[in-house]
Amino acid sequence: MANPTGWKPSMEKGAAPGADALDTGLLGATRGLAMEEPLVFEQGSPGRIGVSLPPVPAGADPSAEIPAALLRGEIAGMPEMAELEVVRHFTRLSQWNWGIDTGFYPLGSCTMKYNPKSSEALARLPGFAGAHPLLPGSMSQGALELIWKLERSLSEVAGFPASVMSPAAGAQGELCGLMMIRAYHVARGNPRHKVLIPDTAHGTNPASAAFNGYSTVTLESGPDGRLHPETVAKAMDDDVAAIMITNPNTLGIFESHIAEIAEIVHAKGGLVYGDGANFNALLGVARPGDMGFDVMQYNLHKTFATPHGGGGPGSGPVGVAEPLIPFMPLPVVVKEGETYRLVTDPKERPQTIGKIREFWGNTGMFVRAWALIRELGPEGLRRVAELAVLNANYVRAKLVGHYNLPYETETLHEVVFDDKLQKDAGVTTMDVAKRLIDHGSHPPTVYFPLVVHGALMIEPTETESKETLDQFVAAMQAIAAESKTDPEALKGAPRKTVRARLDETRAARKPVLRWTPGMKVE
Amino acid sequence: MNFPDDLKYTRDHEWARVQGNRVTVGITDFAQDALGDVVYVELPEVGDVVKKGETFGVVESTKAVSDLFAPVSGKVVEVNAPLVDAPETVNEDPYEEGWMIVIESTDAKELAELLDGAAYRKFVEEEQE
Repeated sequence: MANPTGWKPSMEKGAAPGADALDTGLLGATRGLAMEEPLVFEQGSPGRIGVSLPPVPAGADPSAEIPAALLRGEIAGMPEMAELEVVRHFTRLSQWNWGIDTGFYPLGSCTMKYNPKSSEALARLPGFAGAHPLLPGSMSQGALELIWKLERSLSEVAGFPASVMSPAAGAQGELCGLMMIRAYHVARGNPRHKVLIPDTAHGTNPASAAFNGYSTVTLESGPDGRLHPETVAKAMDDDVAAIMITNPNTLGIFESHIAEIAEIVHAKGGLVYGDGANFNALLGVARPGDMGFDVMQYNLHKTFATPHGGGGPGSGPVGVAEPLIPFMPLPVVVKEGETYRLVTDPKERPQTIGKIREFWGNTGMFVRAWALIRELGPEGLRRVAELAVLNANYVRAKLVGHYNLPYETETLHEVVFDDKLQKDAGVTTMDVAKRLIDHGSHPPTVYFPLVVHGALMIEPTETESKETLDQFVAAMQAIAAESKTDPEALKGAPRKTVRARLDETRAARKPVLRWTPGMKVE
Repeated sequence: MNFPDDLKYTRDHEWARVQGNRVTVGITDFAQDALGDVVYVELPEVGDVVKKGETFGVVESTKAVSDLFAPVSGKVVEVNAPLVDAPETVNEDPYEEGWMIVIESTDAKELAELLDGAAYRKFVEEEQE
């Protein structure tokens, strides 16, 4: 780490680190002073109360005022705590947490990029944050203008004539896209029965298809990790409603045959759905609409740097090609002269699939995404994709040889390794992932995509510095070396977290999801 | 790895024990090992009709969720219900206690298309290359 002064805090004279002192991870992780914390139910004291209430007036009788059926008696096991205890409880739990603001988070396919605080500040402007969804249009012109402008921008960036703004997240965007595809086929007299999905797809793709009554046909990728036109041609017939393609795919590989594949599907009357989960790799460089996609969801919480959770919900607008515009869900925002209007009445759009989300979409996320687009501008958006690809390829180049690369095809914004080189020592992808925590990094995505056994899927995103990437690479290389010299150490990782190697199998087989008074857990 | 010779196999890593037109189905030793600890099994109901090559259920491990593919077409006549509460049986005893369903096969020709133990072993070795 850059440290021009070379200054380091030193220990007091005569003091020595204890035998249990932990080393510092290559991304800076130490144990620090992390507090053990019982459940809220296991704390407090009977009769303790965290708020000041006026005394009960003399002679007060609740049963005289409240019907007996609505009167509640004692609540067994209700925590009785002071305000300070409650604050400490949740503060301590929050300190066990990991987020992009804490450290590196290379979770492949999730695009865990930094969410700029300027976007947060703008989303908190009272005019946006306090706007009630039932305000009349005349009093919501600013919010409507922003939705309209973001819709125009997203459509332009992805190459679609229009975009649906209301879906709440990526998976709902997919669902919405498939609903429009189904409505399109129904309007032409036959909903069709099948959806084609490559074996590299996200699990949400078959789920969205199944939710719309389609059966899925899995297409095998070629030895280069790409989907090949002849595979699609063989599976394509008049009963296929659509193909769902992620580009670049979950191996980080660009589907270079996409135009030809789209032609094959279109020739038989099918549509091409784009899973926009990996759109970050193409931003400002290539447009899915130009590649032959008919629909694509955007995932504002990935590509456009809105929070993945905690700070707010996701948001999954959907770009659509001309033939699908009549089926878009309501509401949509239209511009009429200098004013903006919400179209909510199906009479105006008789072929609409209806409403898929209460109110108008996650507008707080729209503000953040719009702020990012305006801050970066066209050149900046292009730099996002270029740097995301550069960062992933830097990590790839540095880790080749230390980890096995199952597909050697060039990759874009993410790279997938596996644990083949560690296997002989009995070290698995899970061990590598857990050990990485001790160094101070969130692990990459593991065991996905399914076409790679023991996959380690790394997506650094564009917002990480070279220094952070170097630390991550050093940690991954150290783990590869350790897997040869001390594989047992990896089996016990992580050591620095408050909870060590938790038994995920038991948690999945015998989950305990709810605390009850007097419960006994083995 | 153990691939008993008296069983038939699919390229999707299911095994089939053929007794007349009754075909017992489970997942192979290779499949359970590749999946890791199985934590959840979703099976069809008795009476459901399955088609060769199409999914009849789902097996979930701590690593992945995978579809189960029917080795033959026919009607489901038995289901190993205890697996739902004891999914670890699939790991512990994939060929006996870990069986999943029994299909009453409707097309004897399909049986000939399944792999024998040696051919499946070869297939697995090639896949691991």
